[in-house]
Amino acid sequence: MTETLPMAGATANVNLAGLSKNDYRGAPTTLCQGCGHNSISNQIVTALYEMNIVPEDVMKFSGIGCSSKSPTYFLNRTFGFNSLHGRMPSIATGALFADARMKGIGVSGDGDSASIGMGQFKHIMRRNVNMVYIVENNGVYGLTKGQFSATAERGLQLKKQGENPYMPVDICMEALVSNATLVARSFAGNPKQVKELLKVALAHDGIAVLDIISPCVTFNNQENAFHSYAWGKDHEEPLHEISYIAPRNEIILEREMEDGEVREVAMHDGSTVILKNLERGYDPTNRFEALRVMEEAQRNNWLVTGLLYVNTTKPNLTSIYNLVDTPLNRLTEVDLRPERAMIDKINSLMF
Amino acid sequence: MNKIVNDFSITVGTKNGSGSSTANNTILRSVFKMGIPVSGKNLFPSNIQGLPTWYTIRVNKDGFIARQDANDIVIAINPDSFVRDLASVTPGGAFFYSDDIKQPIPRTDVAIYPMPIKSIVKNDPNVPTDYRDLVGNMVYVGVLAQMIGMDMDKILAALTFHFKGKQKPIDMNFNALKAGAEWAKTNLEKKDPYHLEAMNKTDGLIMTDGNTAGALGSIFGGVQFAGWYPITPATSLAEGLNDYLPVLRKREDGKHTYAIVQAEDELAALGMAIGAGWAGLRSMTSTSGPGLSLMTEFAGLAYYAEVPVVIWDVQRIGPSTGLPTRTSQGDLTFTHFIGHGDSHSIILLPGDVYECFEFGWQSFDIAERAQTPIFVLSDLDMGMNQWMSKPFQYPETPMDRGKILWEKDLEEIKGNWGRYLDKDGDGITYRTLPGNKHPLSAYFTRGTGHDEHAKYTEDSNAYMRNMERLKVKHYNAASYMPKPINHPIKGATVGIIAYGSTENAVLEAQYHLAKEDGIKADFLRVRAIPFTEEVTRFIEKYDQIFIVEMNRDGQMYQILLTEYSQYASKFRSVAYHDGLPAAAKWVREGIVAVAVKDAVEKLNNKKESKSDLAFLVKILKSKSAKLSIPGVKPTATKSSSKKNSTISMIGNVSGSIIVMGSHNTSTINSSLNQAAIKTLAKHLGAELLKAIKENQYD
Repeated sequence: MTETLPMAGATANVNLAGLSKNDYRGAPTTLCQGCGHNSISNQIVTALYEMNIVPEDVMKFSGIGCSSKSPTYFLNRTFGFNSLHGRMPSIATGALFADARMKGIGVSGDGDSASIGMGQFKHIMRRNVNMVYIVENNGVYGLTKGQFSATAERGLQLKKQGENPYMPVDICMEALVSNATLVARSFAGNPKQVKELLKVALAHDGIAVLDIISPCVTFNNQENAFHSYAWGKDHEEPLHEISYIAPRNEIILEREMEDGEVREVAMHDGSTVILKNLERGYDPTNRFEALRVMEEAQRNNWLVTGLLYVNTTKPNLTSIYNLVDTPLNRLTEVDLRPERAMIDKINSLMF
Repeated sequence: MNKIVNDFSITVGTKNGSGSSTANNTILRSVFKMGIPVSGKNLFPSNIQGLPTWYTIRVNKDGFIARQDANDIVIAINPDSFVRDLASVTPGGAFFYSDDIKQPIPRTDVAIYPMPIKSIVKNDPNVPTDYRDLVGNMVYVGVLAQMIGMDMDKILAALTFHFKGKQKPIDMNFNALKAGAEWAKTNLEKKDPYHLEAMNKTDGLIMTDGNTAGALGSIFGGVQFAGWYPITPATSLAEGLNDYLPVLRKREDGKHTYAIVQAEDELAALGMAIGAGWAGLRSMTSTSGPGLSLMTEFAGLAYYAEVPVVIWDVQRIGPSTGLPTRTSQGDLTFTHFIGHGDSHSIILLPGDVYECFEFGWQSFDIAERAQTPIFVLSDLDMGMNQWMSKPFQYPETPMDRGKILWEKDLEEIKGNWGRYLDKDGDGITYRTLPGNKHPLSAYFTRGTGHDEHAKYTEDSNAYMRNMERLKVKHYNAASYMPKPINHPIKGATVGIIAYGSTENAVLEAQYHLAKEDGIKADFLRVRAIPFTEEVTRFIEKYDQIFIVEMNRDGQMYQILLTEYSQYASKFRSVAYHDGLPAAAKWVREGIVAVAVKDAVEKLNNKKESKSDLAFLVKILKSKSAKLSIPGVKPTATKSSSKKNSTISMIGNVSGSIIVMGSHNTSTINSSLNQAAIKTLAKHLGAELLKAIKENQYD
C-alpha cells in the first residue's frame, strides 16, 4: 500500500515507511499554551513516526471537550471523526469494522469519558475494540471554563465552584474492572513515558486505555490539585520503565526492573520530575495485582504510572466476528447481495 | 338464517403467555391456504404472562382485510376477560368459550357454544401433563374448524409449517385439534351464520410480518453492519438479520461480510451504525419511539456530517411504559425534524410488508446516494403482525453506492477534492472512506463547523453555504424517492392522503364513502418525504383533501401545511389514535365528520352547493349520524307537528350537528347559524322530525 505514497523530500529524515515526521503532524493547536494535551499530541506524532505506522492505516476519534479537539492537531493524513459528548466509543466501534486491518486512536477526556461517556467507555472495554483509548485527564471541564469533572478528587477547591463534595472516578480502575485488555497511566509531564506507553498501546491488539494526567494550566493547576503539574511531580510513582522494541505487533515487556531505580525526566516546561521505580518487580499480566496496586495507591495518594495491566490472549472485536480478509468497505454487490435464486427460496419460507 | 360466507371476524381472548399464538396462527394460515383473503392482528399487553390478550382475524372475500372493529365470532378462553369478551360479540354473532369458566351468560342474541377443552385434552394419553394447556388451544381451533368449515388438509399444512416438519408436535397438536372437531361434530348444532368456503384469491401470495420483510430487504440490500438494542416492537427486525444473514450470505470460506452488534443502548446502537456508515459500510439500526428519542443527537450529527445510515422506526406508543405494544404513527414530525437546528430528514413510509422488503434494500441506495440518515417508518401493526403479500421481488437495480472516491479516482483528479465541495451542483458532495491509502484522501469529520474542504471553521459564510447546500440536497432527493401509490375512483371530487399501515382501512373506507356516504375520494398513499411531484399534482387537483393518520395531532397534515403552505386551505386532518391497527370504521367516520363540518360552514356562509346540501341531508338520515340539539329535550320535538316550529326551536338554542360513531374521538361539532338551519330544514323537513322522533336522537 505504501507505493502510492509520495516520496517527496526523500533525502530528508524519513522512517522505514518512507515518511518524515511532518507527514504525521496536524493543524496548529488552538488549545492553551502549556496544556498537557499538546504534549500528548506531540507524543502521538512521535510514537507513530518511530513505529513506522502509515497515517492512512489509522483512524482517529474523539468526543467533545478540549481533549476531543486535539485529534485535529496530529495526523493530518488520517481519517478522523469528532463525534458527540461521551460517544466516541460507539462511533469507533462501528467504524473499525469497515477495515479491520486499521487501528483506532481515540482521544477523550475525563469530562467526556467519566460522566456521559461512562457507559460507552465501559462497553468498549468489554468488546475489546482495537483502539488506543487515551483519556486526557485533568479533573476539570476546560471548554466550559472550569467546572469539576467526575475524576476531580474530593475536597478540590475551584474558583467559582467551591469545594468538590464527591468521590472521584478512577479511570484505570473502571477500565480494569470492565475487562480492558491493556490499562496504563501516565503523566503528560513525562513525555518519554507517554510515548513508550503509546507504543505499547499501539502494538496491543485490542483496547488499550491510557489514563494520562494532563494538567489544565488554566482552570485546575493549583499546587494541591491532584491533576496539577506540581501534584503530579510530587506523587508520580512509575511502576517500571517500559521499552518498546520494534518487532511487529509483539509486546515485549521488560519485566525485571532494577529495584529502586531513580530517574530524572525533563518536562516540556523545563522542569524535571523524579520518577521512582517501585521497589519490587511488577507483573502487569496479573489482574489481581493491578487492582491491589491501584487500591494501595488510592490510599496513599500516589500517582501510579506505567503499564498497570496487559492481557494479549483475548481476541479483539473484529476477529471475534470472523470477517473476510478484504476490508468490508471494499466489498461490492457481488459479495453483498444474495443471488437471484435465493429470492424464491425465501418466498417459499413465507407462509 | 342467511349464510355469511367469507366475510366476518374471529377474535380469540386468551391469557398472555398461554401459548395461544400457535393456535391463532394456525387459524390464520389455514384460512390463507384456503385461498380466502385474511389478516391477523395480535392485540397484546406489555407483559410476559397472565394479562388478557386478544387475537383478531379478519376474513373477507373482497380483500378488505383491515382490522374489523367488531367481533362476529368470539372465542373466550380467559376467565379474566370473559365478561368483556361476551359483551363484545356482534348481535347475531357466535360465542365459543371454555366450559371450565363458570360465569353467567346473560346474552340471548348470540349463538353460545361451550367447549370442554380441559376434558378433551385430559383424555388424550399422548399429551403430557405439562403440555395440556398448550395443546388445549388446539381444541378450540378444532371446534371452530368444524363449525365454520376450515379445511383439515390446510390446517395440517399450517401445523407442518409451524413445527418445521417435526412429526411429534405436529401429531400432538393435530390430534387435539381433530378431537375438538369430532366433539363439535357430535355435540354442537350450528346456530350462527358464518361459513368459510375455499377461494383462489391468495394464490401466489406469501404471508409474513414487516420486521422479517425489513430484515430480508436489508439483506438483499447488502447490509454490512447493524447496531441495535432490544425494544418492542422493533426487536424482531434485528433478530431477523441474525436469523437470515448466516443463510443468505453464507460463503464457502465460512467468513462473514457483515457484523451485527447488540449495543448497550440506543445511543450506542446508532453511534455504531453511524461509525460504520461513515467508514463506508451499508449500515443500519432498528428501534422504536423511545429508542429514537435517545438517538436524536446522533441523528442530528449524521445529518450535518452527512453520514449514510438507515434507521428503522417500528412505531409504537410510548414513552416509558406507556403503551409499548400498541401501534402508532406518532413519530412522523419527530423524525422529520430530528436533531437540533434546521434539519429535514428523508423518510420512507412503507405501507405493507412487501414495501418493508422493498424499502429495506432501497433505503441503502438512497442513504449512500444522499449521504444522510434515512428513516424507514414502519409500525407495530406492520412490523409484528402477519400480512398477506405478493412475493418479494429481487432488486432490479444495481446497488447505488453514491459518490465515493477511492485511490485511483483521487489519482485521476490529482487529489483535488473537498469533502463538502459541491462539484456537481446537486448538493451531494464526494466522500472518501477510511482505509483509502491515498495521502490526500483523509478528512476530519465534525458537525456544522467546517468549510468545503472539511477544515474547521466558524466562518458565517461557510456555515450558511453549507446549510443552503444541505437544503438543496434534501429537496433534490424528491426525484429519487419512491413515488406515491394512487387508488383512484370514478368521479372523485375530493382526495385522501394517507401513509403506512392504514392503506387497507382507507381502501375499505374509500369504498363505503363512495357507496353509502356520497363522498367520492381519490386516494393517494404517500411513500416518502420529501414529497415527489406526483404528490404536488394530486394536491393541485382537489380542493378538499383528507389527511388520514394514526396520531392525535395530524402530523402528516402539519408537514403538508408547511411544505404546501399555498394550498393550506385544502387540507383536512383526520387523525385518530387508539393504539389498535387501523380500522375502516374510524377512517370513514372521521372523513364524514370533517366533511359535515365543511358543508355546515359553507351553509353558514351561504356558500353551499347543491351537493353540499344533498350530502348533509344524506348524512343526517344515515345510521352513522346522530342529530342532537343542545338544551332541548326530545319531548319538545314530539309536540311539534309543523315543519317550521322545529326550525325556530333549533335556531333559538344555536343548533349543533354531531356526527359520530361508536368511537367518540371522531366527534366534531358543527354549529349551524339561523339562516343555515332554515336552509337545511327546507331540505330535511318532515324527515328530520321523523329521525329525531325515532332512534337517532340521543
